[in-house]
Amino acid sequence: MATLLDMLVVLLVLANFRLLGSSRLLACIRTVAAQAVLLGATAVCANWAHLEGELVLIVCSSVAIKAVLLPWLLRRAAREAAVTREVEPLIGFSLSLLAGAGLLAVCLLIAAPLRVPGAPSSGLMIPASLFTILTGLFLIVARKKAVTQVLGYLCMENGIHAFGMAFAVREPLLVGMAVLLDVLAAVLVMGIAIYHISREFDHIDTDRLTALKE
Amino acid sequence: MIWAILFVPALCGCLCPVIRPSWPRRALLLAAAALQAALVGSCWVRRPADTAAGWLGLDAAGLLFLSLTTALFLVTAVYAVGYFRQEAGAKRRDWEEGFLFTNRPEAMFTACLLWFLAAMSLVSVSRHLGLLWAAVEATTLASAPLIYFHRHHRSLEAAWKYLLICSVGIALAMLGNFFLAVAGSAASEDGLRLTLDSLLESAAGLDPTWFKAAFILCLVGYGTKMGLAPMHTWLPDAHSEAPSIVSALLSGALLNCAFLALLRLHAVSCAAALGDFSGSLLMLLGLLSMVLAALFLIHQSDFKRMLAYSSVENMGILALGVGSGGVAVFGSLFHAVNHSLVKAMLFLAAGNILAACHTKSSAEVRGLLRSHPVTAALWLAGLLAVIGMPPFGAFFSELVVLRGIVGAGRYALAAVYLAALGVTFVAMARIVLPMVFGKGQAGDEGGRVPIRTAVPEPLWAILPPLALCLAAVAVGLHLPAWLNAVLQSAAAQAGGQP
Repeated sequence: MATLLDMLVVLLVLANFRLLGSSRLLACIRTVAAQAVLLGATAVCANWAHLEGELVLIVCSSVAIKAVLLPWLLRRAAREAAVTREVEPLIGFSLSLLAGAGLLAVCLLIAAPLRVPGAPSSGLMIPASLFTILTGLFLIVARKKAVTQVLGYLCMENGIHAFGMAFAVREPLLVGMAVLLDVLAAVLVMGIAIYHISREFDHIDTDRLTALKE
Repeated sequence: MIWAILFVPALCGCLCPVIRPSWPRRALLLAAAALQAALVGSCWVRRPADTAAGWLGLDAAGLLFLSLTTALFLVTAVYAVGYFRQEAGAKRRDWEEGFLFTNRPEAMFTACLLWFLAAMSLVSVSRHLGLLWAAVEATTLASAPLIYFHRHHRSLEAAWKYLLICSVGIALAMLGNFFLAVAGSAASEDGLRLTLDSLLESAAGLDPTWFKAAFILCLVGYGTKMGLAPMHTWLPDAHSEAPSIVSALLSGALLNCAFLALLRLHAVSCAAALGDFSGSLLMLLGLLSMVLAALFLIHQSDFKRMLAYSSVENMGILALGVGSGGVAVFGSLFHAVNHSLVKAMLFLAAGNILAACHTKSSAEVRGLLRSHPVTAALWLAGLLAVIGMPPFGAFFSELVVLRGIVGAGRYALAAVYLAALGVTFVAMARIVLPMVFGKGQAGDEGGRVPIRTAVPEPLWAILPPLALCLAAVAVGLHLPAWLNAVLQSAAAQAGGQP
């Protein structure tokens, strides 16, 4: 089981690199969805010995929302807004990949001295989750389109939950559900906003949203 | 009782999109606001017990901010009904750039207003940090559509910035919650429960390193929402582009909700004997907010942005007061009350000025006292209140915060605090006084439609800010015993001493 867990974590890290290096919007959406599935699998693997109904319920609904519903919503928003298929980076793809490698190194360095009170599920889990959070932040800053910024937000959210999983933080069912609902609503509202941005500006490049400043 | 406080606005909000004619829906908005106010009022008489296994409950701080939110909502709801009548109609012309735009459908706007109220009430009553997080995020989602009421590119840009910056910020607070759980996993066998009661109980066993990291993440997360510099960048945009009722609620109620979240964490930190650490971080951000806001207030040309920066400054005072501890915590909570009342009143008055003069540029508004005497008087009174002149409450609360800082022997801090207040005083007075007393008509330059002298000011636009103004004077002249008791006990929870 430990090998499987490590493999899943490595896949999570690779998914981040794909997000950083991919130029196609649809591929990015699929990658974020795949990340959510990976996270669900990791959660089940890490708790295989004592699997509870509550955990299964949360994992199932989180995979359903993050891997099926949200990607569908984002694809729809991208189609309605007639977005071109390119991601349009502010920071080029090779540079993004290099930055990603740097971030990963930083995360490994940060995670090394972290004293973990409980037994973590996988030694790689903490750096991987931190790396996912930082990748999300990087995507928000380094990509032009509003859709990509939402993807970055989702990636970050995935990373945060991976972190919770690494420490086996048990959220009560209600909180888990409320958090999921918030993420769903957030993407819904952002999707509507993207639609309006495209109608108003004929594009969804956020670097041209610059009327308001000092 | 607590469930009723949550469900009344939420359900009324769900009803709104279904009701097609305007009048029943506006009546529903008023009725929901009044019912909510009555429910919260009854909580002052008899405090409801904690429900849902200690997840929901009204302690002193929660009751204080819930009451502020509800009172402001009631007042703005009255204003909103008149505002809706004025704004109804198809296309409107933008006053700044002259293009045509429509408004968001009123039904959805009303629904979002009520959901916003429900989310803010949930923030006030939740005593579980996970639930608190979810509620704060819900306030963002409910209020983002409110900012985009006028459908044009500037409000859209403001709404997008608000949505993205606050969502990302709040996501960091979620990570902070996880860190907190890790910090507590040493304290108990089956993992820490994030209810406030159990946190305060087991605070001594929290791992300090993890707790410090958790506090920093939460400070960044909720601080973004509260508008503390340097995470305040969404705030001036959102406040200047939203309709005035929404600005009033954002500034007077929403920022308090984020402040409440930080207050809870600071209380846990004090219980864990890490109050010095969290206090010094709060003081640092508070001072930075005050100084930055004061600098941006100089030569501010847009009067709604001026109010927004003043909010950043006042949030700085709140953080500074709580961080210094001692008597300043009381001052800071009292200042939250004053700031909410005054800032909501100022935004409503700004809405009147905007409707009359068709511009947000303070340079183009002159001689309000002649054309709109009541609004001008309110605008002037609001200025005096917000820059801390007696007899308004803000004077006393700022003085108490100062006393707390000096009492702790932080003289350099007190000097910077006073300097920032002084700069704010001069900068805001320089903007507002010419607007009220200045020579010449509004709109003499730029070919705008000049306003007639002594335009009638409708009652719905006058009474709500007037009520807030009277309340602000009242708490300044005489702090009622019941309010004082709640403020004292809320301050004691957050590590303050009388």
